[in-house]
Amino acid sequence: MKKGYKWVFLSLVLLFLYLPIVVLAIYSFTDSTSIGVIRNFSLQNYINLFTTPELRNMIIGTFVLALVSATIATILGTLGAIGSFYSKQKTSNAISVMNQIPVINADVVTGFSITILLVVVLKVSKDSFIPLLAGHVTLCAPFVYLAVMPKLIQMDSGLYEVALDLGATPARALRQIVFPQILPGVISGFLLSTTLSLDDYFITTYTKPATFDTISTYVVNATKGSQTSTKTALWALATVIFVLVIVVVLAMNIKALRAQDHK
Amino acid sequence: MRIHFTRKNLGIPYVLFLLIFVVMPLLVLFYFAFTNGSGEFTLTNLTDFFTNPNTLGTLFYSFAIAATTTFFCLILAYPVAYFLATSKLKARSVIIMLFVLPMWINFSLRITALKEILTLIQGNLAFYPFANSVIGMTYDFLPFMILPIYTAIEKLDPALIEAAKDLGADDKETFLRITLPLSLPGVISGIAMVFLPSMTNYVVLDMLYNSTFIMGSLIGSYFAADNWNGGSMIALILLLIICIFTLLTTTKEEDNKDGGNLL
Repeated sequence: MKKGYKWVFLSLVLLFLYLPIVVLAIYSFTDSTSIGVIRNFSLQNYINLFTTPELRNMIIGTFVLALVSATIATILGTLGAIGSFYSKQKTSNAISVMNQIPVINADVVTGFSITILLVVVLKVSKDSFIPLLAGHVTLCAPFVYLAVMPKLIQMDSGLYEVALDLGATPARALRQIVFPQILPGVISGFLLSTTLSLDDYFITTYTKPATFDTISTYVVNATKGSQTSTKTALWALATVIFVLVIVVVLAMNIKALRAQDHK
Repeated sequence: MRIHFTRKNLGIPYVLFLLIFVVMPLLVLFYFAFTNGSGEFTLTNLTDFFTNPNTLGTLFYSFAIAATTTFFCLILAYPVAYFLATSKLKARSVIIMLFVLPMWINFSLRITALKEILTLIQGNLAFYPFANSVIGMTYDFLPFMILPIYTAIEKLDPALIEAAKDLGADDKETFLRITLPLSLPGVISGIAMVFLPSMTNYVVLDMLYNSTFIMGSLIGSYFAADNWNGGSMIALILLLIICIFTLLTTTKEEDNKDGGNLL
């Protein structure tokens, strides 16, 4: 196989994945209102992004929601995994099956069914943020469970018994022996939860209060409207998030690569 | 030792959570799907779906969009995953990161970027609604196809390839008889991660001005009309499709093992 073709193919796929975002990022630094029109350099989009109260509240709201739901999901999912791991096989299987439902289910169905239960049947007001939070935790917690479970299985289970023999209380043994061993799973569960919550559209749109928006619901509505200053401020938002994601992901990977080298 | 502290009891909050927010909503969905607005048992929601040419058309259109998207994701993702997983480059783990990194950027912002580019190329998005939707979905879901295939090929024991070559197989034969069959579990989980979301993520269609419905859009429109009974039936039908699809794509030994590889 000729080597050149491989790299051409890889580059073309990368181009497909990145060209739209890069072009959008370039145009976010101009005063153009549509892509393709060449205009002057301008930071107005970035100024609008950080000074328009509506945009600022929407961004802060999205991140607060993501962090709160990821935190709750991580606590619930981690405790659930520990409980399930130490339960009888049958109980553990039953929990795993229930846990799998939101994972394979479509977000549209999850969001719709939670809305019916909470809003239509139990009459919980959407303005209480309870349906929204419940929806996001339901979306995230199963992935925490799935991230923690393999760590429990790989864990050296003898250490817990040794700690008890040496006089530790079960709670202390759990905190000081079990928890550090499953921590990588807990952390990746938390990170995955945050991303899932940040990216969600369907559960949010069905369960959110009318006056609250996340980035996803806001962007989707904005593309339908025709307010140009909002539209181009969102280009700036896309650029900021793009750069943030690149920095975080590359930093994590370079660290992992370094760790590999040291072995 | 404190009396009520046992490790398995730690799972109780999560089990209660799953019962309330996962199992209960599904039961309510069932109830609503088989009743009418005044709570009487009825099958009309079901028969309506299968006798109305519009809803049946939506079902077929969803399958068409999902199948085409899955096809394009597969023919783009497989070579990328194969070239990278078999390359001897040390930096390949960083390069594969570049391919999956877009999945951490909010999808609505990425589709906005794609929309601007497509508008620039085509002038007006209305001419190719089907093609644009498939491009949008492929753009959105491609990383989810690349990652599992890459993982499957990378795990492959190089000794098998060497053995095949020692036994006289050429490159093509080695690929067809060793690499391809052994990478199939990755392909199957990739298909599962692309096909189902392509049937339901109607926002991609909305944002790219494709006004034809897919299954997800039906739920969205029933939601907008407060028609909980009709919407529940669609959700239930989708759930059935998801269940069948999951049973078909779950290989026994792979069960959940790959669940944690998203991060």
